[in-house]
Amino acid sequence: MSMGTTRSIDRELLVRLLSESVGLEEDADLAGDDADTPLVELGYDSLALLHVAGRIEADFGLILPDDAVTEDSTLASLLESLQRAERAEGPL
Amino acid sequence: MSAATTTGTATPTAPGGLATTVADLFDTVPEDTAPLVLPADLVGELEVASAVITGIGVIAPTGIGVEEYWDATVAGRCAVGRPTRFDTSGYPATLAGEVPGFVARDRVPSRLLSQTDRSTQLGLVAAQEALADAGIDPNRLPDYAAGVMTAATAGGLEFGQRELGHLWHKGKQFVSAYQSFAWFFAATAGQVSIRHGLRGPSGVLVTEQAGGIDALGQARRVVRKGTPVVVSGSVDGGLCPWGWMGQLSTGRLSTATDPAAAYRPFCADADGYVPGEGGAILVVEDARTAERRGAGRGYGRIAGYAATFDASRKAEARAEAEQRPAPAAGLRRAAELALADAGIAPGEVDVVFADAAGVPELDLVEAEAIAGIFGPHAVPVTAPKTAVGRLLGGGASLDVATALLALRDGVIPPTVNVAAPAERYAIDLVVGTARPAPLRTALVLARGYGGFNSALVLRV
Repeated sequence: MSMGTTRSIDRELLVRLLSESVGLEEDADLAGDDADTPLVELGYDSLALLHVAGRIEADFGLILPDDAVTEDSTLASLLESLQRAERAEGPL
Repeated sequence: MSAATTTGTATPTAPGGLATTVADLFDTVPEDTAPLVLPADLVGELEVASAVITGIGVIAPTGIGVEEYWDATVAGRCAVGRPTRFDTSGYPATLAGEVPGFVARDRVPSRLLSQTDRSTQLGLVAAQEALADAGIDPNRLPDYAAGVMTAATAGGLEFGQRELGHLWHKGKQFVSAYQSFAWFFAATAGQVSIRHGLRGPSGVLVTEQAGGIDALGQARRVVRKGTPVVVSGSVDGGLCPWGWMGQLSTGRLSTATDPAAAYRPFCADADGYVPGEGGAILVVEDARTAERRGAGRGYGRIAGYAATFDASRKAEARAEAEQRPAPAAGLRRAAELALADAGIAPGEVDVVFADAAGVPELDLVEAEAIAGIFGPHAVPVTAPKTAVGRLLGGGASLDVATALLALRDGVIPPTVNVAAPAERYAIDLVVGTARPAPLRTALVLARGYGGFNSALVLRV
């Protein structure tokens, strides 16, 4: 059962989730130029990624495949994995 | 070093690693040595670097920032009341010293918010003030030139309680990954170290209230071993049901509902203390580097430090069975050893900042220690912590910060809510209003639940 999200996952929602769960790096433009920058390069360490994965699964009621959140993950790749998982499980 | 001492094992740390080996943390003196004499092989160590305090950051129920806190403390303003962070109705104890108006979002980088307990957030703010106050920019220090040595009592209790709640009510997938370290005693030291790039020897002391002094003693030790700067002190907390239960279980919390009647150490009818959150971070520095960079002698020197542990009941029983005198009270011994470490006589102490347990049996032990060392009514004693509560590890550090400010301004802040100490304690307790006095040397005492006793001598 998902947690309070009633719209499908888009970039804005994901950036907000990241902001709430692990904070936003001041000089990173996640929604824009940095959408394709690996999150680890923006200062998010492996624990932050683990935390984000947990929050995503809990909030959206989705199961992410193991390779969805890795050291190479970017905001864009994360969004794509989520949207794929959402399509597989049906709309929220 | 004689066989009876427990120091000697080198602390197994890589630069920047955490060290909490008990052997390295406590100096002990062999039982058969007269209390006022240090073994000859330790005296040499005393001639090495002096440690001075060059920066202070305070976060307390009576003020965020040194000057706001000090003004309130000298004025005798009391911040004890019903906490707002959780509802204490229904508990036997209902009052606390809470830091008001602290919005973490406004003071802590967003990246750190979800991975830090409140006590760590408070500590980060105090550490930032302390470093700025010291005029130290960590980015300009050589690598490993600065470490972090703090104290904590139970780690991130509020954080842990919240995550336990998630586990219980929602399920394991709702537990924060940051629970892995946000609860840990060393979380504050670690976050300060990471944020400011302080990769020198670092660690945490866990000795409840005494920790706030033990951390400074350890900082001095680290400075003497060659690290010029150590960010030290303690900011502690735990104003949540879990933390409340822990302190309630000691049986030492006051059940009074009127803040003015709740925490009154050395009163005949004292009925316990009030818990609180907050503390002070202090920058401890090698006196030579402080001088060289123009920081002069800072707020004062850590002239002496000692820690003891109360004898167990078994040891007391054995002494009685063997018809030997009972082991000396740990607090008195700690104070005597600290004075000896400082190489000063009791008559040179201008003010004592008391541990002030607020429990009659414990107040008596402290009063007897003070009267025994200094003589009855012989030295001004004060407990400004009556205005904020006992802040666990943060309390003793805040007392040290307060003592340094008292030395700076030549004024002893009052003990609040106490009209006069009970006659039998024979102490000159500063009550009512602050007392101006020429001050050069302060003795700060602290006891941690479980038997810890610590004493620090400060000198300008």
